[in-house]
Amino acid sequence: MAASAGTAAAPRRVRARPPGAWIVRARAWDVSLRLDAPALTVGTAMAALAAAALVLSLTMGDFPVEPREVVRALTGGTADPMVNHIVVQMRLPRALTAAGVGAALAMSGMLLQRLAHNPLVSPDVIGINAGAAAAATAAIAVLGGTALQVAGFALGGAVATAVLLYLLAYQRGVSGNRLVLLGIGVSAVLGSVTSYMITRADIDTAQRATVWLTGSLANRDWAHVATIAAALAVLTPLALGLSRQLRLLQLGDDLAVALGGRVRLARGGLLLTAAGFSALATAVAGPVAFVALAAPQIVRRLLAERAVGILPAAGCGAVLVLLSDALARTGFGGGELPVGVVTGILGAPYLLYLLARSNRTRG
Amino acid sequence: MAAPATGTTYAGAAARTSQHERTSEAGLLRGAGARGAGLAVAALVTAAVALASLLVGREVLSPADVYAAYADFTGSDTDLIVTHLRVPRTLAGVGVGVALGVAGAVVQGVTRNPLGGPGILGVNVGASLAAVLAITFLGVTAVNGYVWFAFVGAAVATVVVYGVASLGSDGVTPVKLALAGAAMSALLGSVTSAVILRDRTSLDEYRFWSVGSLAGAESQMLAQALPFAAVGLVMAVALVRQLNALALGDELAQALGLRLWLVRLLGGVTVVLLAGTATAAAGPIGFLGLAVPHAARALAGPDYRWIVPWTAVLSPALLLTADIVGRVAVRPEELQVGIVMALVGAPVFIYLVRRQRRAGM
Repeated sequence: MAASAGTAAAPRRVRARPPGAWIVRARAWDVSLRLDAPALTVGTAMAALAAAALVLSLTMGDFPVEPREVVRALTGGTADPMVNHIVVQMRLPRALTAAGVGAALAMSGMLLQRLAHNPLVSPDVIGINAGAAAAATAAIAVLGGTALQVAGFALGGAVATAVLLYLLAYQRGVSGNRLVLLGIGVSAVLGSVTSYMITRADIDTAQRATVWLTGSLANRDWAHVATIAAALAVLTPLALGLSRQLRLLQLGDDLAVALGGRVRLARGGLLLTAAGFSALATAVAGPVAFVALAAPQIVRRLLAERAVGILPAAGCGAVLVLLSDALARTGFGGGELPVGVVTGILGAPYLLYLLARSNRTRG
Repeated sequence: MAAPATGTTYAGAAARTSQHERTSEAGLLRGAGARGAGLAVAALVTAAVALASLLVGREVLSPADVYAAYADFTGSDTDLIVTHLRVPRTLAGVGVGVALGVAGAVVQGVTRNPLGGPGILGVNVGASLAAVLAITFLGVTAVNGYVWFAFVGAAVATVVVYGVASLGSDGVTPVKLALAGAAMSALLGSVTSAVILRDRTSLDEYRFWSVGSLAGAESQMLAQALPFAAVGLVMAVALVRQLNALALGDELAQALGLRLWLVRLLGGVTVVLLAGTATAAAGPIGFLGLAVPHAARALAGPDYRWIVPWTAVLSPALLLTADIVGRVAVRPEELQVGIVMALVGAPVFIYLVRRQRRAGM
């Protein structure tokens, strides 16, 4: 199929050390980290933006709180115990969960897009989310499970699907393209199982399942924060460590091997890392659509030609989900909407705008 | 329709690629003889499936019953089943199958993205949103009530996707088209979710419509939809050489005298006509438009002069097989074709993907 010419990035000259880059090597673990001044700037800006979005999100709700008060509540408490309680106990866990889910989804999407050389590849496409969704829908429709059971089922479904995909795709190594195609096949099967359960359920159950399938952060507490924080703490260093291999993989396998890349190992590691990010994010918040696809693309278009770092994408995903959830909680009058509805409404126009004013950048 | 470029300059251009590509991309069937013979066999299989679709269901009929229903119509139950249920449903299956499959092949060619199905240009979500709005705000409920809403929604969404992708200094590129389609899908899908989560009646209608079904097919609606799909099919056939040239990449295609913008525009119109009509008739059926062109490529290689006919023959076979299975699997109930199709088609698709030594893409 001739699409290798299509969305695949044209191979570019990759210099070992672009201007303004420092390389930090830790020989003992054979890991090196390129620190690249512009990417670092963007990363810092994204982190600042995420912090601002977090504060903004904490000010919003039925009981508005001044941003100053929010900062004070976070840094040691205000005089007003009521404000402390609302900000720290009620809003903060949900906001932190939103940020963590956004960052995890964005990194998952970033790794997969780079692995497959295809901007449409996200965890929604390769079947991991479909596995989580089918298991969670079963928990809702068949068992009438509690929120915790649903999350557990979702995680189990995601992990089982990832393992199945890996076994299906493994033929003397795993190729990104084959994995994506197999993922589409597996997604189709699992998706039809999910649809079947929803058409068989009564309307209340169907509604509950639909909310979960859209992605929601309602009633998220510190347990969810801990889950997603642990996921990020374990997987982000892995993603960063393997990202040098990503740059090699972009050159094509033969060249990557010649330059000393361990292609098979790197690809397997990157896939598992991406799957882990999306599995945990989905278990915590449901399969929030579009973040994994959009965040890397938005950052990429803001950074134009430069190879995009993983952390800026994570920051962008965190901002997107934080703001979306703040709007979902407050912006629509009459009850709240699932966050997954708002991510598309908020993120898609921005991505469309970036596309519309793009100039000759590589895809 | 004026062909965007004339002559045989790039007839089979995609077949004349480098040695490396040829080894990794040739289909399972080598040579025009094998592909032609294979196509004939596939066509026979499709015909057999279509016949089975006339005979099998809650009432199992004989070919004589079907013949008698038209030759000697008495108004008996059997005659009515044939003329009002089986025949429209089978025709709908053939039409929707061909339309979705070929639309998928054209999308993959125009966007040069093997992961694109008709859905990627916003066709499905546009149709779904229009249908949901018709249900919610206009109180339309009968399946045929929102057919044309769905068609218009599909067309509008695709026009907007093309419009956005064509802005900017570099014009329409395959990547921008794919991304604009994905973003539009997310946006419209979000709005659809927001509406159905606010309104239980809509959710109840939508959850059944959204899986796709051939059960509601009626002769009158099919007759109205047919001209649109037929024009789309003719356009798709007329575009095969241009799609082959596009597969070589923009620069090379332009060097061969191809007007890229025109090919992409005609491709977009083709997809709206085919996929928009199919979605309006049967609901948003996924997977088929993405998977069947892939299977065709795996069997017959990368040349669109083969991919399009193979897709057109295989798609209705898959869709009708799924529909027949759905009719008999849980009798007296039925399973919607969209649900069964993934269960029937995906394992075959997975097998084909695994068969390809290199996932040539």
